[in-house]
Amino acid sequence: MASLKTLLARPWIWSFVGALLVWLATIAFTGGYGAGGMVTAALSLAVFTVIVGVGQMFVITLGPGNVDLSLPANIGLASAVAMKVMGGSDSMIVIGLLAALACGAAIGAINYLLIWALRIPPIIATLSASFIIQSVDISYGRGLQIKPPPGFADFTNWQVLGIPVLAILTVLFTVGAAIALQRMIYGRSVLAIGQNIRAAWLAGVNVGRIRFLTYTLSGALGGLDGALLAGYFRGANVDIGNEYLLASIAVVVIGGTSVAGGKANVPGVWGAALFLVLLLTMLNTFGVSAGVRLLLTGLIIVGVITAAGGEKAVR
Amino acid sequence: MSATPIDTGFKGSAARNAAARARLLRGLLPALSLALVLLAIAWLNPRAISYFGFSLMLNLAIPIALATIAQMFVISGNELDLSIGTFVGFVGCVTATWLKDAPLVGVAILAGSIGIYALLGALIHLRNLPSIVVTLGMSFVWQGLAILVLPKPGGKAPDWLLAIMSFKPLFIPFPIIAALLIAAVVHFGLMRTSYGVILRGSGGNPAALRRAGWSLLKTKIVLFALAGLFGVLSGMALIGITTSADANIGNGYTLLAIAGVILGGGEFVGGRVSPIGAVIGALTLALAASPLLTFMHIPPDWQVAANGAILIIVLAARVLISRRER
Repeated sequence: MASLKTLLARPWIWSFVGALLVWLATIAFTGGYGAGGMVTAALSLAVFTVIVGVGQMFVITLGPGNVDLSLPANIGLASAVAMKVMGGSDSMIVIGLLAALACGAAIGAINYLLIWALRIPPIIATLSASFIIQSVDISYGRGLQIKPPPGFADFTNWQVLGIPVLAILTVLFTVGAAIALQRMIYGRSVLAIGQNIRAAWLAGVNVGRIRFLTYTLSGALGGLDGALLAGYFRGANVDIGNEYLLASIAVVVIGGTSVAGGKANVPGVWGAALFLVLLLTMLNTFGVSAGVRLLLTGLIIVGVITAAGGEKAVR
Repeated sequence: MSATPIDTGFKGSAARNAAARARLLRGLLPALSLALVLLAIAWLNPRAISYFGFSLMLNLAIPIALATIAQMFVISGNELDLSIGTFVGFVGCVTATWLKDAPLVGVAILAGSIGIYALLGALIHLRNLPSIVVTLGMSFVWQGLAILVLPKPGGKAPDWLLAIMSFKPLFIPFPIIAALLIAAVVHFGLMRTSYGVILRGSGGNPAALRRAGWSLLKTKIVLFALAGLFGVLSGMALIGITTSADANIGNGYTLLAIAGVILGGGEFVGGRVSPIGAVIGALTLALAASPLLTFMHIPPDWQVAANGAILIIVLAARVLISRRER
């Protein structure tokens, strides 16, 4: 019983409970039809939110005001870069992925450069950067009709026993991220900065370098996400990343990471991403109109966060 | 966010004077950036600097300024409203439908939506919730409601609203008069009344305010209700200009409003905001957004980028000045 209690005390458990409830409600509605297929579909879509969600989580953990608003533009540009570099040929897949990663990492580095050199609040810095990236993407990706290489498209859609391979790889990646967060100097430094930037600095944490790495990491993950999305949806698109602005922030916070910083939670990102994707599936299955779907999505997000409650103020 | 240097508690009078000068300069910066944008426009296209030119260029500045003020109230309390854009869109849809066809129902809906804003303030305070997430959720709610009210673009603004928004006073274009009025009213209310000080104090030092016996719940409710009120005004003004509505009409306002507050000298934490600055910030954004770029012959592809660059330049200038303030 004690172990159940400690389990329930974990902030991330609620996002999984929510995902499970939504899934059960949907299969109750369909009479059990498509229960397995729904999990497969949810896993393959949740992957994209999890990848950017983890990057956003590290950024948000840096403390109040830290958030990466440039992710949608970043994803859009990286998807175009990946498709152009791959040029539809299987032999270029790895180079295309690396190009997308480099493009994203460069964007992240520029974000931090703006924050550091101009001392602009990160919200405004990443917002301004996203305007510029968006223009670059519009100009660079105009009329881009390149299909992903067949090997890459197959890879992003590859399933083993109904489980998307991409999801398995992403689980491994999130395990790595959790270890980096809790067991490595980098992750502990991020947490320390989020808890008290001044104390972290006095304790010898290289605040500037850690923040630089974190924004670059978030950018790189955005770039990777762009390439994978272009493979999964068979083509690059300026608007391909639009929904990931709200989604990346929402999964981080619903997953139990503190917006005040200093407290992060990797498993919660998975739970929240599955919850959001399954929620959308459920509302689509119920056949509600677009307006009702948005309305219910919003009310459920507010309801979940109210039920989960905020932590007491530290000061 | 960056480590602040230690305050020694002692400053020579020369240093104090320099700091005061820098602070004045910093206060003037929003006005300077607006002047800079105006100068650029005047240089590129002198004919734009006229009664007609300003009426045209600043057309959309009124709703942007009102939305910026709404965001400013929320930021005063150390919160952030990511739903103001879709809320403006929702109000627009109600204005173009219910407010015209059944004014009483329309007024009731709009009053009710302000009530919802007040409730959100209470909820955020009582449950100690992150406002970013709550308003993120609400942005879906308002968008959903907007689509339910007006499934496809259309509707029509009430005649009285069209009459107000197309008012053409002598000599001074209406948007400028409206901006001055908004800035003056909010400045008086928030900066010059005793309760305004309390409201800003709830962002500056909530703990001290609570120990002094003020209700933080009440300040949060008031700040959010004011944000709702100005959001309603923004949506109505927008529809008075565009004459018809669309569920997505306000979506860009969320980020514009945040940028306007920051451009106007406001800060995300500490209750440091400036209503006059916010209105000037909104005007600068409205002018920089398209008239300036059109005159500079910037191709449409790069207009968004130019917007971002202008934001960065203005903020960089502000940093140079505030560094001297220290």
